[in-house]
Amino acid sequence: MDKIIHVENISKNFGDFQALKDVSLDVAPGEKVVICGPSGSGKSTLIRCINGLEEHQSGKIEVNGILLDQSTESLSLIKSIVGMVFQQFNLFPHLTVLENLILGPTRARKMSKLDAEDLAMKYLERVRIPEQAGKYPSQLSGGQQQRVAIARSLCMEPKIILFDEPTSALDPEMIKEVLEVMTELAVSGITMICVTHETGFARSVADKMVFMDDGEIVESADPEKFFTNPDSQRCQEFLDKILHH
Amino acid sequence: MQKLIVTIILILLLSGCSGNWGWYVVNPTTDGGIINLKFLLSGLYYTILTSVVAIFISIIIGLVVALPALSKKPFLRGINRFYVEMVRAVPILVLILWVYYGLPQMSGITIDVFWAGVIALALSDSAFEAEIFRAGIQSVDKGQYEASHSISLNYMDTMRFVILPQAIRRVLPALGNQLVYMLKMSSLVSVIGMEELTRKANELVVTEYRPLEVYTVLVLEYLVLILIVSAGVRWLENRMGAGK
Repeated sequence: MDKIIHVENISKNFGDFQALKDVSLDVAPGEKVVICGPSGSGKSTLIRCINGLEEHQSGKIEVNGILLDQSTESLSLIKSIVGMVFQQFNLFPHLTVLENLILGPTRARKMSKLDAEDLAMKYLERVRIPEQAGKYPSQLSGGQQQRVAIARSLCMEPKIILFDEPTSALDPEMIKEVLEVMTELAVSGITMICVTHETGFARSVADKMVFMDDGEIVESADPEKFFTNPDSQRCQEFLDKILHH
Repeated sequence: MQKLIVTIILILLLSGCSGNWGWYVVNPTTDGGIINLKFLLSGLYYTILTSVVAIFISIIIGLVVALPALSKKPFLRGINRFYVEMVRAVPILVLILWVYYGLPQMSGITIDVFWAGVIALALSDSAFEAEIFRAGIQSVDKGQYEASHSISLNYMDTMRFVILPQAIRRVLPALGNQLVYMLKMSSLVSVIGMEELTRKANELVVTEYRPLEVYTVLVLEYLVLILIVSAGVRWLENRMGAGK
């Protein structure tokens, strides 16, 4: 099978704490993977290793056939095809929405300002907030900010987009609007890895569910089997907690 | 409030006009007084020029020195520490004397009074600017670097478009402080003969022999200059804060 992401036996320590223990994961082009698990289980660390935000200490990561070896070349190649959406949005507070969106295209993709603005407006329409283009992030709601962050990522036209708990910092009434945008995005054929506990979203979008605990991938299955009949006891216990609270 | 304080100080000073005071040297109603006042004020040009050029150079050096402080590599951080500690340990007056009298002898390049003064002031201030920038840059959230990484920006673009604009906004009050400090410290370059406010006052004292009156005018010159600059810095702060 063709793989766009190949993670092979990677480990990662923060001091004495082992965040990832021999983790392996393959993702096919266009596949949607949802990762869940208790906090501190290494979910975020895993996806942050994939785009080089964290440096893994052993094992091997290949993205689109490029070996991630912390050299500037491999890192910049991988950066250019992997987008990321963060829990805390991380919009640039001193720039307007439109300026946030065109910064990457104009600087990293060397597009002209006009082309970049057209592109930005296209994606702002896709996340349904074109009317907010001239505002500053602080003037938007959390849900709007996260949608801007998604649009900012899309403006780089990445092959892969990583979501690191995109709805965890949002008020409940704003989660839906962000999940809707993500669901629409999933249909477009982009490769997605989402760290999230939104089970409804996971059921409707995921091709593969991954459960992590204590730095290891404990369970990896299609959503149908994952939610109804997981192999491991730990996964079952975790699902009981998040499904019946 | 500031106007009130200035007025009170003026009234107090002028109330002592009788007795031993000799205000005639700077009395604007007489020709002699006007000539003296013009002479004193003519120092303003070099005071402002020196301070502005020095702060400009000092900010650039400060920025260049601050960046290695944020590196993960101990060697680069070491360069920053070394520069800051060395420069901070030398008194400004000593640095001025050394740059003007020592440096030409060592390097063979002759430096005129203006550039000697500017270089000494800029060097001495740059260590403080570096510390200010370091604090400002470190106060920017880690997520801003990660977001820049995620949209493929390189280091230079990340600094230029994302981190520094936020950092500079935060340190603007401290930079304003340094400019005020620089205006005051520029009085020290009078010792190597730069024709700025303090030097002019010294020269007038030698000819008129009225130090009390002349230096009082000098105090007021600095006071007014710095109050104006402070107001300007505050205006700039408000303007730059408006977008956020």
